[in-house]
Amino acid sequence: MGKTFKKPDVLTDAYTHYCPGCTHGVIHRLVAETIDELGIRGRTVGIAPVGCAVMAYNYFDCDFQEAAHGRAPAMATGIKRVRPDLMVFTYQGDGDLASIGMGEIIHAANRGEKFTTIFVNNAIYGMTGGQMAPTTMPDQRTTTSPLGRNVAEVGMPIKMAELLAALQTPAYITRQTVIKPKYITKAKKAIKQAFTYQMENRCFSLVEVVSTCPTNWGMTPVEAVEWTENTLLKYYQPGDYKVPA
Amino acid sequence: MAKILMKGNEAIGEAAIRAGCLNYFAYPITPQSEVAEYLVRRMPEVGGVFLQGESEVAVGYMLFGAAGAGARVFTTSSSPGISLMSEAISYIAGAQCPAVFVNIMRGGPGLGGILPSQGDYFQATKGIGHGDCRLLVMAPASVQEAVEMVMMAFPLAEKYRNPVMILGDGLIGQMMEPVEFPDHLKTEPSNKDAWASNGMDHRGSKTRNLVKSLFLDPVQLNDNNLALKAKYERMRAEDVRSAAYNIDGDYPVLLVSYGTMSRVCRTAIDMLKDEGIEVGMIRPQTLFPFPEKAVADAAAKPSCRHVLSIEMSMGQMVEDVDRCIRGRVPVEWYGKCGGDIPTPEEIISVVKARIAGKE
Ligand SMILES: Cc1ncc(C[n+]2csc(CCOP(=O)(O)OP(=O)(O)O)c2C)c(N)n1
Ligand code: SF4
Repeated sequence: MGKTFKKPDVLTDAYTHYCPGCTHGVIHRLVAETIDELGIRGRTVGIAPVGCAVMAYNYFDCDFQEAAHGRAPAMATGIKRVRPDLMVFTYQGDGDLASIGMGEIIHAANRGEKFTTIFVNNAIYGMTGGQMAPTTMPDQRTTTSPLGRNVAEVGMPIKMAELLAALQTPAYITRQTVIKPKYITKAKKAIKQAFTYQMENRCFSLVEVVSTCPTNWGMTPVEAVEWTENTLLKYYQPGDYKVPA
Repeated sequence: MAKILMKGNEAIGEAAIRAGCLNYFAYPITPQSEVAEYLVRRMPEVGGVFLQGESEVAVGYMLFGAAGAGARVFTTSSSPGISLMSEAISYIAGAQCPAVFVNIMRGGPGLGGILPSQGDYFQATKGIGHGDCRLLVMAPASVQEAVEMVMMAFPLAEKYRNPVMILGDGLIGQMMEPVEFPDHLKTEPSNKDAWASNGMDHRGSKTRNLVKSLFLDPVQLNDNNLALKAKYERMRAEDVRSAAYNIDGDYPVLLVSYGTMSRVCRTAIDMLKDEGIEVGMIRPQTLFPFPEKAVADAAAKPSCRHVLSIEMSMGQMVEDVDRCIRGRVPVEWYGKCGGDIPTPEEIISVVKARIAGKE
């Protein structure tokens, strides 16, 4: 009997450093499957963020560059402008993309840069140990909002998909999650669509993936899935926010 | 090729094209915005890339991405803009990618002014970004030299896989002079396939390339810094440049000066010569590596009693000059930094005061 399920070719054999119950690994797999299925590994350049996915290049066996915190969209712009034939994706966390790199992502999207961004929103800074992110929920406790996010002081969590979808330039902007199989199938379709739009040189594409951080949320993996579904997804509603004509 | 009259900033843009660099990312700032205004027209004519980024921060990373993907790339800016690019410069140096930065300096600190200055000497030569990183820094004294240095910068950046900076002052950018673009300085980009993220298919390779500056293992990070140090030592051995002026005779005073300031010093030296007073000058053309031997040798002449570092900054290069001379002769600074450039007459009076033993 042939194999019906195997590891994507572009994924290496390395064990990931992600915590149990973290969905970074699932998102990696979906991106890897997409690269395999589209047959683009030999012309793909990934850009790793600063954040928990800082060493994403250990898991993807394709060319990679490593960005400074938040600057991946500017690097991707540089690569695409000089080598439009390359397939470029950035993989960024919410602190990376919505805080320090807010300017870079908005302007790259507004210029209609033809690369793809995988935006992993876990409502917290994972790598540095659970500080407040621009995406942290109201009243959510983090190490820098120990009494809960006070929106009177720091505003409401930023909805990046909605914000970017407000730009006039054509783009594909969608929000997905991967906490359960029923969502994973949709997320996979969206990621593949995003890469396809790039392949066809049609538009900037961004897939926001609502993800878990059980470690810094102080939850078990099961509780993290429940909190994502009952709280995060109520505020960060999945769906397509912008689709090119 | 015949000489043509060009403004420094435009000549810098043209020189990059003539050198074989067709990728330019930039953000406007006085006194160098003419480079972008020139290249936005010129790049399409040669099939090149021009993009105005949203900030100098972004421009730094556009350069990093493009350089990491194996392209020849450059930008131009002025002091506050270079400060914003310094984050990217550190990453580019750490990841060992070639890129060329032109800094047409204006007065600082802070917003400072828009007139010429040499106030970024320390920033360019000592502390351009966080970590143990250095740039190869070249300082032109004329539009012609700016052209040649820009053209030399690309192969040097590729030779060392390191950022290179042309440190010019606002006058170099704004003045018009006749220039010639030397054909022999046009070079082919070196083979990037060994390290660039330019696509496995593109280089016909089964193994991927990584462009990164993260080394969590302390031994690996130390090794990366040792590799960087070895490059900087190689720059010291192979690519240090300086020009001497009037150092054949016996001079009681030696000037050390670079860029536009050195031209004023030359005029002062010629005027003093007419009065029968000999003054020598060493003009560093690379600020890092600093021409230590040239300065030390010129100051070692038995007749030499005083060394003056003449700068359009508040005494920055003087520390390097002092370091080369190691106390054998008194080293002093003279300069201004606000946009006013010391005149030949001022330099003459400073020189005469030293000879007369006055303060
Ligand atoms: C310029 C800069 N500032 C701060 C940091 C420290 N830092 C590293 S990761 C991180 C937060 C990352 O959080 P996020 O982007 O949400 O990704 P996650 O770790 O949650 O996947 C911060 C602040 C840095 N590396 N560089
Ligand atoms: S810290 Fe959070 S985001 Fe990072 S790997 Fe662990 S669970 Fe995932």
